[in-house]
Amino acid sequence: MSREPPPGEEEAPGGEGEGRARAGEGGCYLALCGRPVHFEKANPVNCVFFDEANKQSMRLVVHLLGNCCGARSCCWVAGSEPVILLETVFAVRSGGATGVVVKGLEDRNPISFRMEDKGEVKCIKFSLGNKILAVQRTLKSVDFLNFIPDSPQLEYTQECKTKNANILGFCWTSSTEIVFITDQGIEFYQVLPEKRSLKLLKNQSINVNWYMYCPESSVILLSTTVLGNVLQPFYFKSGTMSKLSKFEIELPAAPKSSKLSLSERDIAMATIYGQLYVLYLRHHSRTSNSTGAEVVLYHLPREGSCKKTHILKLNRTGKFALNVVDNLVVVHHQDTETSVIFDIKLKGEFDGSTTIHQFVLPPRSIQPYQIPVAGPASVTSQSPVPCKLYSSSWIVFQPDIIISASEGYLWSLQVKLEPVVNLLLDKGRLMDFLLQRKECKMVILSVCSQMLSEPERGSLSVIATVFDKLNHEYKKYLEAEQSYTMVVEAGLSRSNPLPKRPVRTQAVIDQSDMYTHVLSVFTEKKEAPHKFTIAVLMEYIRSLNQFQIAVQHYLYELVIKTLVQHNLFYMLHQFLQYHVLSDSKPLACLLLSLESIYPPAHQLSLDMLKRLSTANDEIVEVLLSKHQVLAALRFIRGIGGHDSISARKFLDAAKQAEDDMLFYTIFRFFEQRNQRLRGNPSFTPGEHCEEHVTFFKQVFGEQALMKPTTF
Amino acid sequence: MATAAGAGQEKQLAPTLLSFFIYNPKLGPKEGEEEKKILFYHPNEVEKNEKIRNVGLCEAIVQFTRTFSPTKPAKSLHTQKNRQFFHEPEENFWMVMVVRNPIIEKHKDGKPVYEYQEEELLDKVYSSVLQQCYSMYKLFNGTFLKAMEDGGVKVLKERLEKFFHRYLQTLHLQSCDLLDVFCGISFFPLDKMTYLKIQSFINRMEESLNIVKYTAFLYNDQLIWSGLEQDDMRILYKYLTTSLFPRHMEPELAGRDSPIRAEMPGNLQHYGRFLTGPLNLNDPEAKCRFPKIFVNTDDTYEELHLIVYKAMSAAVCFMIDASILPTLEFCRKLDSIVGPQLTMLASDICEQYNINKRISGAEKEPQFKFIYFNHMNLAEKSTIHMRKTPSVSLASVHPDLMKILGDINSDFSRIDEDEEIIVKAMSDYWVVGKKSDQRELYVILNQKNANLIEVNEEVKKLCATQFNNIFFLD
Repeated sequence: MSREPPPGEEEAPGGEGEGRARAGEGGCYLALCGRPVHFEKANPVNCVFFDEANKQSMRLVVHLLGNCCGARSCCWVAGSEPVILLETVFAVRSGGATGVVVKGLEDRNPISFRMEDKGEVKCIKFSLGNKILAVQRTLKSVDFLNFIPDSPQLEYTQECKTKNANILGFCWTSSTEIVFITDQGIEFYQVLPEKRSLKLLKNQSINVNWYMYCPESSVILLSTTVLGNVLQPFYFKSGTMSKLSKFEIELPAAPKSSKLSLSERDIAMATIYGQLYVLYLRHHSRTSNSTGAEVVLYHLPREGSCKKTHILKLNRTGKFALNVVDNLVVVHHQDTETSVIFDIKLKGEFDGSTTIHQFVLPPRSIQPYQIPVAGPASVTSQSPVPCKLYSSSWIVFQPDIIISASEGYLWSLQVKLEPVVNLLLDKGRLMDFLLQRKECKMVILSVCSQMLSEPERGSLSVIATVFDKLNHEYKKYLEAEQSYTMVVEAGLSRSNPLPKRPVRTQAVIDQSDMYTHVLSVFTEKKEAPHKFTIAVLMEYIRSLNQFQIAVQHYLYELVIKTLVQHNLFYMLHQFLQYHVLSDSKPLACLLLSLESIYPPAHQLSLDMLKRLSTANDEIVEVLLSKHQVLAALRFIRGIGGHDSISARKFLDAAKQAEDDMLFYTIFRFFEQRNQRLRGNPSFTPGEHCEEHVTFFKQVFGEQALMKPTTF
Repeated sequence: MATAAGAGQEKQLAPTLLSFFIYNPKLGPKEGEEEKKILFYHPNEVEKNEKIRNVGLCEAIVQFTRTFSPTKPAKSLHTQKNRQFFHEPEENFWMVMVVRNPIIEKHKDGKPVYEYQEEELLDKVYSSVLQQCYSMYKLFNGTFLKAMEDGGVKVLKERLEKFFHRYLQTLHLQSCDLLDVFCGISFFPLDKMTYLKIQSFINRMEESLNIVKYTAFLYNDQLIWSGLEQDDMRILYKYLTTSLFPRHMEPELAGRDSPIRAEMPGNLQHYGRFLTGPLNLNDPEAKCRFPKIFVNTDDTYEELHLIVYKAMSAAVCFMIDASILPTLEFCRKLDSIVGPQLTMLASDICEQYNINKRISGAEKEPQFKFIYFNHMNLAEKSTIHMRKTPSVSLASVHPDLMKILGDINSDFSRIDEDEEIIVKAMSDYWVVGKKSDQRELYVILNQKNANLIEVNEEVKKLCATQFNNIFFLD
């Protein structure tokens, strides 16, 4: 029985601590996943297959002692002399049953079943969704077994169509479509599980040396010609097979003889930033004066021709293995037991056709990994056993799978971003790097916090660069979102298929993120001189403006709060004067509240309310509260609202002002309004102005009341 | 040939400075020691006894009027021939300025007859001029009291002599008007983004040149940013725009290829140069001496070096603590950091300004003649005054109209309430003054046969176009 690591161990507990302890030489930015798939080590009764498409390991437990025969898989690839380091595939002899255990990284529940033992298994793979199992036992045919409920359970077989051809392998391109690759071409079949038969959809003759399949992009790459360096890609999609344009890999030196010169071990296929690339590990050749091996990236577009686009300089020689994790190309180097990473989106040296990249970070080992100890079997050895990294028994699969055959583990490789922060000192480049990573948000925010506080406080120009990079990404998302909304709104009338809603990645760091995690904390702490605090806030606002992003009110509030705390009212005044702090009702109200400590805030606030043009009621209230009754009345008349205002409100204010003449004027104004609107100067009971009429009569006498004019 | 013009020919003689003196009655309280009170007297040639007499007279007037108004003693004394202005900027330190009234010289029977125009001068205008004299002195020398503390009467006298000897020559009393009352600041209109870029530039410069304490930024002689407090900026702005900038205008007007330009130090990468401090950075003997200024004299009393650096139309003032002596090395560093960036920024501002001008409907020269002033931020705008020439700003309207403006202003300052005053002046001119909260607006209209309603409408139109973004009551 195989053992699962204890659940919930996202990080191998010992491993993390150890990693820190060794961080003296710098953090390890690569790690093996904490919950690997564990399988019984390869041994004479046991063989393991890896299915790239489903990322499953398949263990076949052989119940009769098997005979060893020569299938092989390999991992470490060295320059001049390819060394096969691993030979652990065992065959099955007839006359028994084979137990199969299928485990994957994603699906935690292993599938177990038995199948008839009909001979050595060369290749075994489930179709997508574990619907149909395909098993290759001979060079001429593939056997199928349905795993769909209520479908025929008997095995069925398909021989390859091409006469005298040998099947090199097969790949599932969907749940019911399969491609056979023979040494003479490829055959594309549809599997009909109910009929227990296959239907040939398409085939193509071509001499094949070896093949490679990238399940992510459904592309099969065939090595053709004698040298093997002409690669022919095919693309599969829902029953169709299309031939993409072939291309030639430039070999480092002209081969002396016409023998196969490009090995599949030196080629990998991976999707990087949504584009398919063929990665070619070009070894250091003594004849050329290159400083070491390099990885050459060929961009393989769906349409058009394949182009050499990037060169990743390894600056070393020896045995390498490739992975692609989080759009980064990871190159493991066995000799030094270190790995390096490359990001093709980072700026490199462009020579007109290709971009040359150096590795982003200094070479580091994968973080030390402890084999978890669990279960009664391990009682004897209490302490966790450190796992041998970069072991010669490692097998690497694309994009991010590492298998240790000798230990019986399957890991996915992970990039850890925290250690990167201290390894990449150029903050602009660091941001470029982080913004492209999947789980970047918290790390980016912590970098922002870090650059604002001692001891690693960044200069303002660095801070500006970082803000600009963040807001560039933020703006891109806002724009995508906006055009999506527009299309959706426009599309409601027409019945076009809806476009995909833009995905908000972690790289979208918006104002509320910055406010909550960085800026408010930073201004609270008050450890920086206020000049710096204000400069940082202004820099962020500048950056938002530069990308035409509407600034949120709480940022302005933060600026105002900081300025007020340091009595920098004149500065605040100037900012408002140039409308750096955009107008809004909340901001105007905030200013009003500052009037007692800074009188000009009153004027600034009124100006702002005026510009908003939706705050006329507020303006009247402000003026009335200052007993500027006449001004309020003139204002409301100026905007034509004087027929609907409450007379009582104005008369109240006029009375409070304790200015009889003012009261008289206001009273008369409303009498005239009454006359104009109703033909009578007296107030209606609904206006509740009785006490004001009484007061008016008291002060000015009854005869002062306006007489109704009659015509 | 003046006589040939014949009788009836009038000649106007502008007001001139008769005398200017500073005294402190506490310095010579005893009889016979009166001379000790006098700290500065212009013109110096005046006989000692006359000096003492004039000072004594002022002292007496102030003392006498104090009995009627203990808190507000006399500010000016009107006489037929001249007018005296009193100002006590610091306790017991009195400044007095005597201005001769303007004269109309007439010829009667071949003989010149002088008619003094007693009511022409506006108290507020010349009181403000006198106050500015003090502010300017204080900006470059600190307070009177500070000088006394530094070295007694002797030092104070030296400083006063040194400063006012030159400064009084630059007073152009004949062209003083309402703008001198305001002593405002003209702000450069700018869009938000460019403004933020300037902010960013200033912050980065203050960071790189970490000894800089305050920065001010001007473009086209108009202020964009002041790190100084308002009152200090007000007087510094006056110094920059009426004295320093005009003196350095020539090389810019001369253009790139002129010989003056060619002699200018620096390099081809930028147009930056020092207006104060070293002229030639390549000269190892160059003197890095900057004017000293005094700010925040009410509380922290800071003494600063004033570095003014300019590239094209953009000027930056860097102020650093006086205890730190800027070295030639520092100046070179400043030049290499600020020069290229300021040059870029200046052309950015220029470009943006032109774009904005085009967007806002090719803002033609406004047909309105007006003066606007906001007491809150000291913002001042005038379409009446020509561009400031060295040391003078000339009004383009008749002095009589300017006087009406001054009168309206005096009326406004007496009352707190919002007000509006409309005056019908001679020959189809209307003068309108409006006061709303802390803002004042003066408009001069010239419309044939316009009536009050039409004038009011015109002013409303002006407010709607020029001041629609502020709360300015109609």
